[in-house]
Amino acid sequence: MTFNIYDLSSFTQSVDAWLRNAMSPGWASLTEYVVIGLVFLILYAVVGLYLVYAERKVCAFMQNRLGPNRVGPFGLFQTIADLIKLLMKELIPIKNADKVLFNIAPFIVIIASFLAIAAIPFAKGLHAIDFNIGIFYVIAVSSVSVIGILLAGWSSNSKYSLIGAMRSGAQIISYELSVGLSLLTIVIFAGTMQLSSIIESQANGWWIFKGHISAFIAFIIFLIASTAETNRGPFDLAEAESELTAGFHTEYSGIRFAFFFLAEYMNMFIVASIAATVFLGGWMPLHFGTGTGFNHIMDFIPPIFWFTGKTAFVVYLMMWFKWTFPRLRIDQLLTLEWKYLLPINLVNILVVAFLTLMGWYFK
Amino acid sequence: MKEVLNYFEDIFFGIRSLWAGMRITGKYFVSPRQIVTQKYPENRKELKMTERFKGEVIMPHDENNHHRCTGCGICQINCPNGSIEIITKKELNAEGKEVRAIDKHIYHLSMCTFCGLCVKTCPSDALAFGREFEHAVFDKSKLTKILNQPGSSLLKDVK
Repeated sequence: MTFNIYDLSSFTQSVDAWLRNAMSPGWASLTEYVVIGLVFLILYAVVGLYLVYAERKVCAFMQNRLGPNRVGPFGLFQTIADLIKLLMKELIPIKNADKVLFNIAPFIVIIASFLAIAAIPFAKGLHAIDFNIGIFYVIAVSSVSVIGILLAGWSSNSKYSLIGAMRSGAQIISYELSVGLSLLTIVIFAGTMQLSSIIESQANGWWIFKGHISAFIAFIIFLIASTAETNRGPFDLAEAESELTAGFHTEYSGIRFAFFFLAEYMNMFIVASIAATVFLGGWMPLHFGTGTGFNHIMDFIPPIFWFTGKTAFVVYLMMWFKWTFPRLRIDQLLTLEWKYLLPINLVNILVVAFLTLMGWYFK
Repeated sequence: MKEVLNYFEDIFFGIRSLWAGMRITGKYFVSPRQIVTQKYPENRKELKMTERFKGEVIMPHDENNHHRCTGCGICQINCPNGSIEIITKKELNAEGKEVRAIDKHIYHLSMCTFCGLCVKTCPSDALAFGREFEHAVFDKSKLTKILNQPGSSLLKDVK
């Protein structure tokens, strides 16, 4: 396989070896943790800020507007200016709020998305932790953020926050099922939960092509369910502006609000990268079959571009949903999940199991 | 059986209508020429306001400095917030008869709500809406304007 020409694992291994030569193993590990943590922090800030910018631009173009265009060329520094503004804002203490929980809640939300980002393979060899239960880990960790949202709503001592948090709880608990089951279809196809092996299994074609109609249904269900899980429109009942002012983060201000805001966009990025990894091949270039000239040409585009391109595509799809559809009511939301998505998903899993058993997919 | 059929009908109808919505926004997304936002301070030179735009009340004068205002005062009566004051004077016409004429048509832009009643009710079409809209000034008194130009007179055939 020629897709190894941009393999970064030799680079990371040489850095590791150099560190271990220079200092004791304990210190070397510690340095690596700190460096990777810093890289993720910077990535977090940059990706979060520019997703906000992208969202505002996409939304504007869909509404025949220009979007941010004043700060910097094409308004590229707008979100940075917004961040500076948020950093300088006062953190307003809430009367009768549960101080400890109120302060902890934004950190729980942001830590949940940090934990999830660790398991995402960005390129070959650019993968912080390669768990053998990667998908399971990501599903488990990304549902921790609902605890932060519930705590934020509960501790704010505000009716809007509480209603928003409760809605968010109901929503995430029901949509978690669909997310898990739709990822499970690909796990059945690939026969593994390890994200790196799932990507390797797509070396001769992405699962959305190889698994034809079943994988496509699973992809659509995953898109819908994960949009709901990240509390984005049209499923943003937890922060429905018109009814609940801002839902669970009504009482938050300044940098604490920014944490919720950043976490929402990072969750979108994580969900999009999971979709890209599982359904669209992650960093794997576009391949059809094995060893053709077309595959060879595709190999010359570095994996990191494939990964970012696919993730951007999925992010764009999610923004497209958000700025097209009106917000669902809570009963419509639960109907969609329990009456439509879940039964379809269960039948789909059955079909996939049968397909895999009979080998009726492109190998 | 009918319920099952309805279930799938619901799904397909839902997908079709959702796709119809997404097609519209998707089309807007890929057609940047349809963007209606104007970059205002940059395009001041070529900025053209539409015909029906209500910038301020003006009194059009022709090239010989003639206007059409007879000083009847209907605009002053009709103005709901008293932003028009009419000061008239007596003038001798061609036959040596004493007639009423406009001395000062005072217009307070600061009080105007641009309702358009003055323009609509003027019997001799002496008033109109101008396209000018950059009215910010540092001195409030600059917002009080005299609409008839100095030395101007009534157009001949206006009744």
